[in-house]
Amino acid sequence: MRKFLAGGVAALALMTAGIAQAEPVKIGVITTLSGGGAGLGVDMRDAFQLAIKQSGNSEIELVVEDDAQKPELAVQIAEKMIQSDKVDLMTGIIWSNLAMAVVPNAVAQDVIYLSPNAGPSALAGANCHPNYFNVAYQNDNFHEAMGEYDNKDYKKTFILAPNYPAGKDALTGFKRYYKGELAGEVYTQVGQTDYAAEIAEIRASGADSVYFFLPGGMGIAFMKQYAQSGVAIPVTGPGFSFSQDVLPAIGDAALGVKNSGTWAKDLDNPANKAFVEAFQKEYNRLPSIYAAQSWDTANLILSAIGKASVKDKDAFRAALKEADFASVRGKFKFNTNNHPIQDIYVTEVVKEGDVLTNKIIATAFTDHGDAYADKCSM
Amino acid sequence: MSLALLIEQFLNGLQLGVMLFLIAAGLTLIFGVMGLINLAHGSLYMVGAFACAAVAAATGSFWLGLVASLAAAAAAGALMEVAIIRRLYARDHLDQVLATFALILIFSEGTRWLFGSFPLYLDIPPLLQGAVALPGGGQYPLYRLAIIGVGVLVAIGLYLLIGRTRLGMRIRAGESDREMIAALGIDIRSLYTIVFAFGAALAGLAGALVGALQSVQVGMGEPALILAFVVIVIGGIGSIKGALIGAILVGLVDTMGRFLLPKALALMMPATQAGPVGAALASMLIYIVMALILAFRPSGLFSARA
Amino acid sequence: MAARETTVNVLLVLLLPAVALTALFIGEAFYITLATRIAILALAAVGLNIALGLGGLVSFGHAAFFGLGGYVAGVLATHAFNMEPVALGLPGTTDMPVIWLAAILLCGLVALPIGLVSLRTSGVYFIMITLAFAQMIYYFAISWPAYGGEDGLSLSMRNGFPGLNTARPFPYFIVVFVLLLAGLFLFHRLQASRFGAALEAARQNPARLAATGISPFAIRLVAFVLSAMITGLAGALFADLNRFVSPSMLSWHMSGELIVLIILGGKSRLFGPLAGAALYVLFEYALGGLTERWQLFLGLVLLAVVFFARGGLIGLLAGRPRHG
Repeated sequence: MRKFLAGGVAALALMTAGIAQAEPVKIGVITTLSGGGAGLGVDMRDAFQLAIKQSGNSEIELVVEDDAQKPELAVQIAEKMIQSDKVDLMTGIIWSNLAMAVVPNAVAQDVIYLSPNAGPSALAGANCHPNYFNVAYQNDNFHEAMGEYDNKDYKKTFILAPNYPAGKDALTGFKRYYKGELAGEVYTQVGQTDYAAEIAEIRASGADSVYFFLPGGMGIAFMKQYAQSGVAIPVTGPGFSFSQDVLPAIGDAALGVKNSGTWAKDLDNPANKAFVEAFQKEYNRLPSIYAAQSWDTANLILSAIGKASVKDKDAFRAALKEADFASVRGKFKFNTNNHPIQDIYVTEVVKEGDVLTNKIIATAFTDHGDAYADKCSM
Repeated sequence: MSLALLIEQFLNGLQLGVMLFLIAAGLTLIFGVMGLINLAHGSLYMVGAFACAAVAAATGSFWLGLVASLAAAAAAGALMEVAIIRRLYARDHLDQVLATFALILIFSEGTRWLFGSFPLYLDIPPLLQGAVALPGGGQYPLYRLAIIGVGVLVAIGLYLLIGRTRLGMRIRAGESDREMIAALGIDIRSLYTIVFAFGAALAGLAGALVGALQSVQVGMGEPALILAFVVIVIGGIGSIKGALIGAILVGLVDTMGRFLLPKALALMMPATQAGPVGAALASMLIYIVMALILAFRPSGLFSARA
Repeated sequence: MAARETTVNVLLVLLLPAVALTALFIGEAFYITLATRIAILALAAVGLNIALGLGGLVSFGHAAFFGLGGYVAGVLATHAFNMEPVALGLPGTTDMPVIWLAAILLCGLVALPIGLVSLRTSGVYFIMITLAFAQMIYYFAISWPAYGGEDGLSLSMRNGFPGLNTARPFPYFIVVFVLLLAGLFLFHRLQASRFGAALEAARQNPARLAATGISPFAIRLVAFVLSAMITGLAGALFADLNRFVSPSMLSWHMSGELIVLIILGGKSRLFGPLAGAALYVLFEYALGGLTERWQLFLGLVLLAVVFFARGGLIGLLAGRPRHG
């Protein structure tokens, strides 16, 4: 009886999926496709397009535009997508400051936004919104994980990050779980390219380890200079600084560095195997974590399209919230504030043949949410 | 705070200054001779870094990459001068700003077209890997010492070139009196092309040398450009000596500010606030210094054309 | 020739409301937003053009005033929303006219010391010292946490104007357009006034001006401060358009963009900034929709303007300027 019922539900789901499939869905993708940060946006877009293509759903239309990493331009594109293209859903933004520019206004106009990367704390707590789904992480998560893991090996850590909100959130997140002593806490200039002064301080600080959050080119510069400095103190960092998009540029200096993340290409589940294989086949490069998160975002949307009409916002939001899709991260569900509850791993940079990549060595957190969810009254 | 740390930070400031001098030297030379504001100087710096990274990756030799960076930047510079810049000498600064701003856009997207969106790999040559011991117990990366060396060589080379050679004589003549030099029968058009290509090669060299320490990526030229402008304005536009002293001043002020300001503020306020506030002040510091210098010496420290 | 420029100007002024009205009737609200954006950037550039076009003062730091104006709108609205006083017991506000006044006053107050120091220099030094001041404010805004730092500040809703529903695109366009006209009118009156003549003289022959007993420095300072005030007002409008303000409004890219708008349209032309803003925004919009390589093509277009359209778009359409 039970089996029969389940079969019936499945058949019903299939039927509604068939009906929903016929309905056109328009998705606006705002991402960074030009300038220094374009690599992240390109990975995001490529994975998203591939997932939609693989679904075979020809009724989904993507509107992709380049924000050039400028908040004002992102706002303009969002207005155009909402008012002129009349998109049903929006996604794609890589950077926290652009998300802060676009998301509050978009969700207020009853557009559902799914974040494939940025997770500023301001949108996770009191300002959470039923139309805002974060499919990636809350910004503090990676740092919390590394703080927790570093307790195992280190007692006196030197921490540094750029002097802007995401940097301060990062170090706050690290300190939330790290119990040892701090050998120093330094804030660097945004966009800084020379770290000789900070490395000299690290050398003199008597630290037993270094934790740094320096996204993009800043992290590449820091790691290269650190490797040359003769300082032998071990470094740990969040996965962004050792992701597939930057590893080739850092080179062997990154070997052996432990870093935190929600995904690695060797994560053992069928969805991930299929994803890595498909991405490599299509684009002839390894996917980064941005590609993985974007792939999940696309599949989450596809799963919800199968369950509800995108025109029925309440039903569609409920369908998204179920998170009924095969995540490449293995487990994935939404917290009360529409942010992920997921496992966070520690990975180590290794060399496979000539290619630098990450291998999972430990699990820092199981079913980890974020520190702001209880401030969200949703 | 130990003496060794202080010495190391001083060296860091000096080295950052020399790095800035390498970037700024070509810019100030081009301005001094042709009176041209070249916003695309940062793009030539980027061309040098990409050429070096690409050739080093293909051949496995940083040194071949270095040669390629000089050649590529000089070629890009010469091409740019003949095709575009040449038509701008007679225009006012605003037209120069617009045209060279357009060149930044073209170079950035062109580079991304050729090399893709991801940062490239460029490492220090094996010969210059590692660190050397400093007196007092510290250590210092060999490569950074080498950059100081290159900077000193470039400074001396430029001094000799401008002071002692025929080309230098023409450059000096060009700076002070353009009609005169044309009347002497010197082909001013090719002189300008040569000077521009030379300035571009200097930028390319800086890009390759600095690229091995940083991230070789699209957009790397813009922060370098702004700093180079700060340097040449402090030093006095057109003056190589001014650029050298301005660069070292900026390098020292920036490094020492980043290092000392948070510590100084920690004496006055809680440590958790001193860090961010100190860092904020440190990032404003070079601009404050620049404004102060210009307030008292409106044409910089060593203006070539006061 | 002058007649032709007048025709071009009249057409340009009519263009924006025509676009906005058409968009209103066919229900394409986004094009109203686009027209509003053009009008605001044009107003910012009209402000800069007082210093740059009339006074020959190439300020590479006007983003400072644009951003400050934006932050005035953001900060006052945030305090009003949270019911907290801003400072000295003064309350925040969501009333546009009050915000405009505050933005204009603050930008004037900030421009005064910047002008006092910067105007001691000239030429490239002036370009760079104004940049230096803007960079100071930029880095300050990025690292000061109270108002969001680099993440910027979101306005929960657009500020209000008595008697209008500014949340709707068209009424807000009208507000902005009227202010743009006022800015253009002010520029026109300045250009034709004795002050304008003195400013022109300060640019072309300061020694002779000084001989008549007028200090070129004082004239330039007034022009610089006035210029900053108008750009600041535009900044406040821009924050309300986007319902968002962030340090990127203060960045040197923004300063550069404002200069580009003026040269694109034709400097020291009354309507140059409007023409430039329209062209720039339309290119950004049209090219951005076509290709991710749009910046390459934008670069080529700008180069073409330098070489083939001396005097900018207005120069191309209306021939040589009347004077200068």
